[in-house]
Amino acid sequence: MHFGRVIGTVVCSERVPSWRGQRTLLVQPTDSNGVDQGRPFVAVDTTSAAPGQWVFYIKSREAAAALPDPDNPADAAIIGIVDSKREWPPGDAAKAGRP
Amino acid sequence: MMLARVVGEVVATIKHEHLAGQTLLLVQPLAADGEPQGKVQIAVDHAQAGPGDRVLVLDEGNGAAQVLKRSRGAVRTVIVGVVDSVETEPGTPRAAKRRP
Repeated sequence: MHFGRVIGTVVCSERVPSWRGQRTLLVQPTDSNGVDQGRPFVAVDTTSAAPGQWVFYIKSREAAAALPDPDNPADAAIIGIVDSKREWPPGDAAKAGRP
Repeated sequence: MMLARVVGEVVATIKHEHLAGQTLLLVQPLAADGEPQGKVQIAVDHAQAGPGDRVLVLDEGNGAAQVLKRSRGAVRTVIVGVVDSVETEPGTPRAAKRRP
């Protein structure tokens, strides 16, 4: 799973039946610090995410499995909205102990 | 499977139902010499991994479903082991130098 930021919505009135009722959003991939990485892509949304939100997404076959009808052509799906993220500094990680 | 280091954690209240109750950890993929290589990813923890642990990460949906004992779903990246040690032969390729 990777981080991304929702930067827009995509509306298609005419679409494959297996996507009925699903929203499609434009996602800008980011690194774990929220810095943009690479080109934006379109993903189906399973979390009711809104533009501007920091999310994580899944790619390839498992994206299709995220929808109620798994026989669909999705290759990217938003599967979570990031509330918070914590990174342990390399030196402190060993000292931090198990959570 | 890839070698990676646990470098953080992610909290997400709103997430896909297939991820309900799962711990999400940040993993930094490692090259054979142990140096970080590639982008930090989010993985489901299935090995009680802790901060700084070197772990084995599965990145494939069918295997992930088997490990989590469920039908195929929206899970692909799973921590399946905590690595005790790795031995490499002399001349093992090192991490690619980072571009300046």
